[in-house]
Amino acid sequence: MTNPMDTDPPAGHSNLRRVRLIVWAIVLIALLALAFFWLRPVVSTSGEVTQRADPGSSNFQLGGPFTLTGADGKPFSSASLAGTPYVMFFGFTHCPDVCPNTLARLVRLRQQLGKGETPFQIVFVTVDPERDTPEAVGSYAKLFNSPIIGLTGTRAQIDQVAKQHAIYEAKVPDASAPDGYTMDHGAAALLFGRDGKFVATIAQEEGDEAAIAKLKRITA
Amino acid sequence: MMKPCLLALAAVAATSATMAPTGVQVSGWARPTVNGQSSAAAYLVIRNYGPGADRLVSVSSPAANMAGVHRSQISGGVARMRSAGSIVVPAGKMLAMAPGGLHVMLMGLRNPLRTGATLPLTVLFEHGGERQIRLPIQMNAPYDQPHGH
Ligand SMILES: [Cu+2]
Repeated sequence: MTNPMDTDPPAGHSNLRRVRLIVWAIVLIALLALAFFWLRPVVSTSGEVTQRADPGSSNFQLGGPFTLTGADGKPFSSASLAGTPYVMFFGFTHCPDVCPNTLARLVRLRQQLGKGETPFQIVFVTVDPERDTPEAVGSYAKLFNSPIIGLTGTRAQIDQVAKQHAIYEAKVPDASAPDGYTMDHGAAALLFGRDGKFVATIAQEEGDEAAIAKLKRITA
Repeated sequence: MMKPCLLALAAVAATSATMAPTGVQVSGWARPTVNGQSSAAAYLVIRNYGPGADRLVSVSSPAANMAGVHRSQISGGVARMRSAGSIVVPAGKMLAMAPGGLHVMLMGLRNPLRTGATLPLTVLFEHGGERQIRLPIQMNAPYDQPHGH
């Protein structure tokens, strides 16, 4: 039976060598750990969804001019929103839960704001233009018995507008969904002032009070 | 908020006074839709008064080509919806589906679901068997919908 740990070192200087080796190993581990922690944030931000893009950073201005297609099939330019505060939400009409929840909530908050029928516009942009025709977004918008602007466009237009608004969208195969797919999409509502500048988001999990406070800011 | 809760309690008390519930009981509501919309959501409240756990086997409706239990989830600011898998209600427990979470997704709607009308639904349980119910169609959850206290 030969155990390397049991063999006696022949001389004293081999002990010294062992210590030196251990020190080097510790230094190497420390360097690796440092490199790991240094590189980690870079790795994780690159894997982050676009929703998390920092709207406050100087090189990214959320929003900006866009052209899509309205419910009447005619081009809809963001210029027609000039002078009006608006709240933008991305979704799709085959979404029976989160999307109607959000739109119904926005309509309710708009009524609770107590500033008349449309103190701000609600803009619904589909992330599923393959299925959502102008008629489809138009009739979907009518479901809520309160004015909602429903917009669609070509896939390229939608992708561009979603990117502009830092909205994540992904087509996901799902055998249990109609047509075999579902859409994952950014769930926040984006609030814009009269000048068309981005002001804030309303997250799904945010309470009504906080949401109303933000809506007051864009309609002040 | 207090009044509807008390009313709900009174209603529950009134029904339980007339007959003790047994087996699986299903109620709920469905969201209205408009012309051309092919998907809708219904929210079930399943109460299991039976002696053992029971599993929801299937949901179907003459109003839709297909129905299944789905789950919406919002994480990291992204909304996702997936098939919910197996739904089991333990004995003596209640499962309340609610907007933003578990729901019955109706696909291939034959006609729009109009507010004020009802949606016929057949719910099949592994042990409890079949339940034929009619859900009220409305935009928001009813006040007597169970909610956390
Ligand atoms: Cu669903």
